[in-house]
Amino acid sequence: MTNETMAEIPMPEVPQGHGATAADPTAKPILEVDRLRMYFPVKSSGLVRRTVGHVQAVDGVSFQLPEGGSLGLVGESGCGKSTTGRLITRLYKPTGGSIRFEGRDIAQAKPRELKPLRREIQMIFQDPYTSLNPRQTVGSIVGAPLEIHKVVPKDKVLPRVQELLEIVGLNPEHYNRYPHEFSGGQRQRIGIARALTLQPKVLVADEPVSALDVSIQAQVINLLQDIQREFGVAFLFIAHDLAIVRHFCPEVAVMYLGKIVEIGDRDSIYGNAHHPYTQALLSAVPDVRQAASGKRIERIRLQGDVPSPIDPPSGCRFRTRCPIAQEICAKHEPPLMQIGRRHKVACHFPGRLGEAPREPLTTGLLGVDGEGRPDPGASPSNDLVEQPGYADTWFDLDAKSIGRA
Amino acid sequence: MTTSVTPAATSAGTAAETFLSVRDLMVHFPTSDGLVKSVDGLSFDLQRGQTLGIVGESGSGKSVSSMAIMGLHWGTGAKISGQIVLDGTDLLELTPDQMRRKRGQDVAMIFQDPLSAMHPYFTVGNQIMEAYQVHNDVSKGDAKKRAIEMLDRVGIPNPDRRFSDYPHQFSGGMRQRAMIAMGLINNPGLLIADEPTTALDVTVQAQILDLLQDLQREFNSAIIIITHDLGVVAEMADDVLVMYAGRAVEHGPCRELLTHPEMPYTWGLLSSVPDVTGDTDARLIPIPGSPPSLLNPPTGCAFHPRCLHRDKVPGDLCRTTMPDLVPGQRGAHHTKRCHLADSDSIYQTEVLPEIAPDLAEEPAGPLVGEAPEEQR
Repeated sequence: MTNETMAEIPMPEVPQGHGATAADPTAKPILEVDRLRMYFPVKSSGLVRRTVGHVQAVDGVSFQLPEGGSLGLVGESGCGKSTTGRLITRLYKPTGGSIRFEGRDIAQAKPRELKPLRREIQMIFQDPYTSLNPRQTVGSIVGAPLEIHKVVPKDKVLPRVQELLEIVGLNPEHYNRYPHEFSGGQRQRIGIARALTLQPKVLVADEPVSALDVSIQAQVINLLQDIQREFGVAFLFIAHDLAIVRHFCPEVAVMYLGKIVEIGDRDSIYGNAHHPYTQALLSAVPDVRQAASGKRIERIRLQGDVPSPIDPPSGCRFRTRCPIAQEICAKHEPPLMQIGRRHKVACHFPGRLGEAPREPLTTGLLGVDGEGRPDPGASPSNDLVEQPGYADTWFDLDAKSIGRA
Repeated sequence: MTTSVTPAATSAGTAAETFLSVRDLMVHFPTSDGLVKSVDGLSFDLQRGQTLGIVGESGSGKSVSSMAIMGLHWGTGAKISGQIVLDGTDLLELTPDQMRRKRGQDVAMIFQDPLSAMHPYFTVGNQIMEAYQVHNDVSKGDAKKRAIEMLDRVGIPNPDRRFSDYPHQFSGGMRQRAMIAMGLINNPGLLIADEPTTALDVTVQAQILDLLQDLQREFNSAIIIITHDLGVVAEMADDVLVMYAGRAVEHGPCRELLTHPEMPYTWGLLSSVPDVTGDTDARLIPIPGSPPSLLNPPTGCAFHPRCLHRDKVPGDLCRTTMPDLVPGQRGAHHTKRCHLADSDSIYQTEVLPEIAPDLAEEPAGPLVGEAPEEQR
């Protein structure tokens, strides 16, 4: 290299890092998911393919997504988090439950009704290598939604595409290139540009950074935060990396075998987890800081693998791997009970790590005694119906009383 | 080209116990576009019972160097030079046949994706048995007994029944356990784990990392763990080697390197991963740009086009001269390849406040105080 060309390498621009995203407590919900279910039929082999069972991929999931906010969905593979994302974008038709987008239930909407909806809810996929058509140029990939929805006249498509490429940090002159000419991080930016094309109100990001190198992950996360700030897009952020979810999402839902086991704001989940599964997940994350300081919190070893969602365990689905499971756990499914202003947990024995109560706290709600037998003296509570949002009153576990907002 | 200073010069006293010693390893691939220098002058030492973590982005040469140790570059046209001395034998001087006898016996590897690393047509048990029979003259029955014993040791339930399952009948975590059983069945002195947990969930990852540590204690083997996850390195490794564009850019004891990193690339790696326990005000600062092409690497320091601290080095040094891997400010055991003179204070005053405000406020905080290297 000559000295002249070397001199051309500019000093890199100092990247503006972002802190963790903060929640806007006044935001109205844009998306309300209520007891959403998705059962995939399992067919027998042979000529007559009878349905022999169902994979209960998502089984009664309820949550709210605030306008311009973000909710993280975390859990192990096979817990139903991706299926939930695909249900909301209506790539699947749910078996039951409702998805209210701006007040309208879209769970059973017909394909014709769905078309205008596609503008509002878009998706970013995990693998930037397989989610872009290798035979189309970047321009036609990003411009396709504009043409399909006829949002802008044909001669305005290219300027808009270039504008979008610029937003996601790509060179607008590269619209004529093919996906293979870009690196993984750049391809993910193309995927983001495509999702932004129609100015959606909700973006479902399904593991948007897990296929990328560490240094590139941070670039993409910062880009998504910029986009959220600038355009007010609400994110449903699906990831298995708990640290990234903590950074990006002020609210987090932990899923296990098709159900939400704990949901709450960032501090409740990461600093005050009450479900043994959440605690185990958090303790399993290898953490640079803890290891470097030698103050490793004791890891909770979960035994075995996630059970099959075709034949999930009775009662609480986590009981087969739960360190504190008791008899009642096999008999009754724990309701998702609100234990804080923005914190719900589905466990019979909710408590901080090592402080789980000895007696089940849900007996009054379910109308059963400590072993799970029906208790003639107690009457099951009727206000158990799981709401997508949070109520103004909750069970304060520390004060053993009803808490109020 | 500058010559790299080998770590042996700094740790000559321990040469007697050194189990694996890699010296000035180069792996170059001639291609039609030019010479790709995937690994360019890599040196490190490893003792028995110790773990070395190799960190870097894709294309930094971490997998290529471990494949060279396994002797897996035959027939690829790779030009390999340097020395890989394992227990007194230079692996690069062996014939393919001699290397085949070493592979699996003295050095074994577990791969990232256990589904593609296992043969789908053979049962898991068969493949583990084969690994044993190749190196030991035993009957089929004995080999089977040993394979079941190993499956049991790595924590597979009902090992005698699972012995005759095919790889697709195993879950991801169990497959990786089976791979570990296969790798350790001959009790090799050196185990190379190439991204062993990247494809797994955190809970399963924790199980596998625990298992590797237990087995290491039991067999006193040396482990090289290759990963891009600094958290995994922090938990597993005794020593860390950071690679960039085919070269080691920083090398030192794990805790020392993670609390007092001296190379801007390592700072970048640390600042681009959020922390699960840290302050939520901590900012996520990416490394600008993308990894360089190895066909035409940048002049001087390969990291300089992405380096945010280049202007602190006088003159054009970063662009013109490749820095040597030499001890930094923190002692002979911690080497770095960087021209920055006072990197430790830059890290403490400029980088740490951004990425971990809670730690930076108290300069003599718990992290600094607890590092054993501090007391020396």
